[in-house]
Amino acid sequence: MIKVQNLKKRFGSKVAVNGVSFSVEKGEVLGFLGPNGAGKSTTMRMITGFIPPTDGNVSVGGFNVAENPIPAKRLIGYLPENAPLYGDMSVVGFLNFAAELRGLSGDAKRKAINRVVEMCFLEPVYHQSIETLSKGYRHRTCFAQSIIHDPEVLILDEPTDGLDPNQKHEVRTLIRTMGEKKAIIFSTHILEEVEAVCSRAIIIDRGQVVANGTPRDLKSRSDISGAVTMRLSEGYPSSQSTPSASVITAKLGALSGVRETLVLNQKPLVVRALPCKDGGQSSNGQLAREIYELVTRETWKIEELHTEEGRLDEVFRSITLPDSKNEKTKEAA
Amino acid sequence: MNQTALHNILTIARREAGGFFASPVAYVFIVIFLLLEGFFTFMVSNWFAIGQANLNGFFMWHPWLYLFLVPAVGMRMWSEERRLGTIELLLTMPITPWQAIMGKFLASWAVLGLALLLTFPMAITVNYLGHPDNGIIFAAYVGSFLMAGAYLAVTAMTSAMTRNQVVSFIVSVVVCLFLILAGWPPVTDMLVRWASPVVVETIAAFSVMTHFLGLQKGVLDTRDILYFLSIIGFSLFSTSVILRAHRAG
Repeated sequence: MIKVQNLKKRFGSKVAVNGVSFSVEKGEVLGFLGPNGAGKSTTMRMITGFIPPTDGNVSVGGFNVAENPIPAKRLIGYLPENAPLYGDMSVVGFLNFAAELRGLSGDAKRKAINRVVEMCFLEPVYHQSIETLSKGYRHRTCFAQSIIHDPEVLILDEPTDGLDPNQKHEVRTLIRTMGEKKAIIFSTHILEEVEAVCSRAIIIDRGQVVANGTPRDLKSRSDISGAVTMRLSEGYPSSQSTPSASVITAKLGALSGVRETLVLNQKPLVVRALPCKDGGQSSNGQLAREIYELVTRETWKIEELHTEEGRLDEVFRSITLPDSKNEKTKEAA
Repeated sequence: MNQTALHNILTIARREAGGFFASPVAYVFIVIFLLLEGFFTFMVSNWFAIGQANLNGFFMWHPWLYLFLVPAVGMRMWSEERRLGTIELLLTMPITPWQAIMGKFLASWAVLGLALLLTFPMAITVNYLGHPDNGIIFAAYVGSFLMAGAYLAVTAMTSAMTRNQVVSFIVSVVVCLFLILAGWPPVTDMLVRWASPVVVETIAAFSVMTHFLGLQKGVLDTRDILYFLSIIGFSLFSTSVILRAHRAG
């Protein structure tokens, strides 16, 4: 549905987006991640046809957005950043306006408005002036506008920004349900949201795509992905001596699949074993099994043993902060 | 122009006009316009004392009243959209920028037209008191409406340049002031002393005064009407260029 090819945008001498390419099909929810100013909003604005690209192509449903904007825009629903609205209108007046510009009239318009009012929980403020709405309602009103024509493509710029946790949950559920039938792109700063909603995520940094994959793929790039964390019990019977941290780390380190061991906590003792890098995804369960065998052999008492999935925020930081990392190693040297 | 285009323009115009009447802008404008009209016509022009059955003392103030009142109505047209970010919403709808520009312009022009229409008691009074030439009055009304449209189009253009309404207001007042002064007799009389009459006439041809005075005399000259329409056309075209340039960054 959405094809972005080598998209570039220059503002004066500043390059905001530099050669971004990706595509999104129906039934996909693409999460758009990146630090502030990475070019997320600019990319989205180019997809919706609000700003023309300096170079490159965007096509939506087969229509080139720059050359054939009207049919492309018909397919798109768009929630701009900060959910801009006309404060002097009422909620229903605004939805009416959006529906009419989307070419809806009469019965179809009434049904569309009723549908989005219900989906976005806007009944309590139906006739209220937009100026007097709380931030959550404002956001949902703008969101309602973006889905009023039941678009095939949905572009959402930080759809959960400024919502309370319940509202965030509602919006996520909504996006996930709609994602089954539509092509959706949404940007966010909340990484757990990506895991909860997206079928695929793109990390964009300084105008370039630096990672593109399923949330699981991205998480497996994490340093701690596949590591096994073990919490030891404190309550040893008097007949048995409590194994010391050094003994445990030494024995763990001797295992073939372990690259490094770390002591995370002393009391109670929490140890993490990092897997050898070449291991890959399949050997993860292997490492846990190996450690479990060691534990039973040594008759250590443990309270918890689990394999780490990897953390998205860590991946995000390691990808988008390469400079600071390099500087640190330089300083260390 | 096909039906969708018309539908889109009217939808946008309705929203814009709704905005005027939802906020006090339209009411304040209409009331102030009528009060000032009354004040200048009766107190300054001394319309009753002059005892002539025409509305010259009424229409002569229009270029000056519009100078401040029309930019006040139009200054928010695009600057507000840019400040609030709603321009992003509007221009990602399946409409052309030109439809948005026309819709917003026509809505504001209609408000100005309504204010002008509400001065109808002047026309009734002059007909009650004497036997004026109603053709002249009609032509002057047409001229006044076109002049308001020209000022408004200039304001639309300055409004697209900035997200600050005050800047938009001041710049449009200055541009409109130039359009007045270039053909205002006291200024042209002064210019004649230094420049050749041809130059002065050329400059004056760009002035709303020259063309409004023509219409005020009751001559519905195509050239005068074309002048106002071309100012409107040029300014709205510039508006679209400015909006596009702003989006292109």
